[in-house]
Amino acid sequence: MRVMVVWCPDWSVVAALEAADRSLRSPAAVLSANVVEVCNGPARAEGVRRGQRRRDAQARCPELLLLPTNPDRDARAFEPVLAVVEDLRPGVAALRPGLLAVRAPGSWYGSETAAAATACQALVETGVWDVRVGIADDLFTAEQAARVAEVQAWTVVPPGESPAFLRGLPVHVLQDDGARGRELVGLLQRLGLRTLGDLADLPGDAVEHRLGAYGATVRRRARGEDPTLFAARTPPPELDAEVPFEPPLDSVEAITFSVRTTAERFVTQLAHHQLVATGVRVEAESDGVVCSSRSWLHPRHFSARDLVDRVHWQLQSAGSTSGVSGSLRGRKDAGVVRAPIDRVRFVPELVEPAAAHGEALWGSASHDLVERGVARVQGMVGFDAVRRPVLQGGRSPSARQALVPWGDRAVDLRPADRPWPGRVPGPAPVRVFAPPRAAEVVDDGGRPVRVTDRGVVSGEPRHFRVAGPTGDLPWQPVTAWAGPWPTDEGWWSGGAGPTARFQVVGADGRAWLLLRAPDGWSLEAGYD
Amino acid sequence: MTHPQGGNAGPSLDSFEHVFDHGAMSSARSVAALDPGRSVVEQLRERVAAMERRPAGDPVATLPGLADLVPLQAGSTYAVDSASLALALAAGASRAGEWVGFAGCTDFGAEAAAELGIELSRTVLVPDPGEHWLEVTAALVDVLRVVVLRPPATVDERTAGILDSRLRTRSAVLVVHGQWPRVSARLSVEESVWTGPTSGAGELRERRARVAVHRGARPPQRADLAWPGVHRVDPGSEWQAREVREIRRA
Repeated sequence: MRVMVVWCPDWSVVAALEAADRSLRSPAAVLSANVVEVCNGPARAEGVRRGQRRRDAQARCPELLLLPTNPDRDARAFEPVLAVVEDLRPGVAALRPGLLAVRAPGSWYGSETAAAATACQALVETGVWDVRVGIADDLFTAEQAARVAEVQAWTVVPPGESPAFLRGLPVHVLQDDGARGRELVGLLQRLGLRTLGDLADLPGDAVEHRLGAYGATVRRRARGEDPTLFAARTPPPELDAEVPFEPPLDSVEAITFSVRTTAERFVTQLAHHQLVATGVRVEAESDGVVCSSRSWLHPRHFSARDLVDRVHWQLQSAGSTSGVSGSLRGRKDAGVVRAPIDRVRFVPELVEPAAAHGEALWGSASHDLVERGVARVQGMVGFDAVRRPVLQGGRSPSARQALVPWGDRAVDLRPADRPWPGRVPGPAPVRVFAPPRAAEVVDDGGRPVRVTDRGVVSGEPRHFRVAGPTGDLPWQPVTAWAGPWPTDEGWWSGGAGPTARFQVVGADGRAWLLLRAPDGWSLEAGYD
Repeated sequence: MTHPQGGNAGPSLDSFEHVFDHGAMSSARSVAALDPGRSVVEQLRERVAAMERRPAGDPVATLPGLADLVPLQAGSTYAVDSASLALALAAGASRAGEWVGFAGCTDFGAEAAAELGIELSRTVLVPDPGEHWLEVTAALVDVLRVVVLRPPATVDERTAGILDSRLRTRSAVLVVHGQWPRVSARLSVEESVWTGPTSGAGELRERRARVAVHRGARPPQRADLAWPGVHRVDPGSEWQAREVREIRRA
């Protein structure tokens, strides 16, 4: 069996630069734990090497672009490359991001050289510039052949000539084989073995005794006796679902009516793979251009009706003239989209096994009923107007809660199980004002009460009032107060500055939470 | 559309539980044993009312501290003048596994609600329903057990009547934080005392409030409640004793 290996060098850097939208010619390195993991050609030319510390790398090359490591990003970026090669020859195995193997497609393209050239050309056409191809009898030799090839070129090792090809290679080619490989390279060099041929000439049992199972494997590879096969991947199933409209539709009602069967097909074909979608991107095309695209997350998983609702909300809000989501819309202008839609597509972004979302044996009838009722309310006042309260961590009462749109999932919540030093103790306030209302607090002499940077209160609070558009509290005496609880949040990124919170009980026996910020007092919450 | 927990669902569920107690499958659905501690006539009346599918009047779970003061009844409207009383009235049903909703409450305190036992995953918030507040409330009443509403404007008799009839058919409870023309009971906080803070020291710890319940023209009924947790306290004696103890400890 002949193997073709396609190698895209420094793939992590390429993928990271693409994601960061930077030029591939600028020196860049991907760092993991403050150590250079991969660097590209321009960086190597400046003396940056793998394994260097961040400081050393920057000292050699001050304009070095430092990029975070992200294996998922690399794998995602490699997916189009796999698809291109899969078009030429099915049965592709992704060895790791940047390296793939496939059975060499010899006779179809005339010769192996022609096949390698075809693969190179197809990849360069998709924008992958640095691609090298190696063809040989076994996987290891093919990989080494790809590594000696030039940019956009190929090395073909003729059948049966693998040992001869490998003999001349220096042992440090094993460095790409992970930590084990690097360790072995050091050992072999100290033993005076410079090339793979030196290792291959040693007796097999001695190598196995001294260098262990890995050393024996490397020796077998160097002799061209590598038995390693690769498992070709099955191409992932196409789970998108789309519906074309001919002629294009310009009313939200008509579109939602027409996408119903497609939504059902989408859910059914996922169910066929024992999957459910928890995140879906809905795309609407107008005149061949995607004019509206939004990702929706579901607290449980999407049913066909949920998808139809999302299409409705998305197109409605895109078409509303006000453009402010969550604002009230008149019913007259609600049903018009900005441009006629000729295609709607559902793309599953997050899928999970259906078993993780199974319903109880007796179903959840009351829950479904509530979902339906809430969907009706959302139809009246908009998707964002119906909320679900969730708790999170924080210091002020309004930071400790989040109101998540109904049917959406809470993301980026602060953990609530941390201590959050500086938060106000005692029972939680019943009323939380967000944004806070302007207030005034004065001491005996009628002077505004201040708090110094060190948390010292300038005078005892005697009277306070709250001014605001609704629910004004007139001046009233303070019967009891507690505090201050000083905090200085976000000082490292230009926060609000040092603030202090006070619990104040008014004349009518109601308690309030007042905040002293550098720019004045405000009412944050009420204990009512 | 019927209410999930409404109608005769309650009694029939009870009788299903009895199936396993007695092992008598045949009699289970029709005859649940009568409670010997209560009037037979009254219980039979309740049963007839349930069979007639008249959900109004069904008791709705209420917090223990409020149960004898204002036992909530499905289909009724209650008015309160404080956000903590509104939360307390909704908490009982939520603890019992029902869905609750808050409309027009822009200043909903989620943490306080959770401390009181309201299950936030079964809570629907419509903070700003705007001009459609009446339709929104009616739609919420359709599917939720307790709906707390802060009406943005004064409400006339006719508007209240529309919601009232909807409430009766859906066996939900409406708690209005504000003014409402016709209510079964109006709860108001008459006196309120916080213990804990003095002049700078301490922190808010406990609140005692005297709550008056007005029902029509009858003289108001009063009770002393303590937060957090909404439990009843005897007026007078313990209140005083506690404050004395605080002073000694200090």
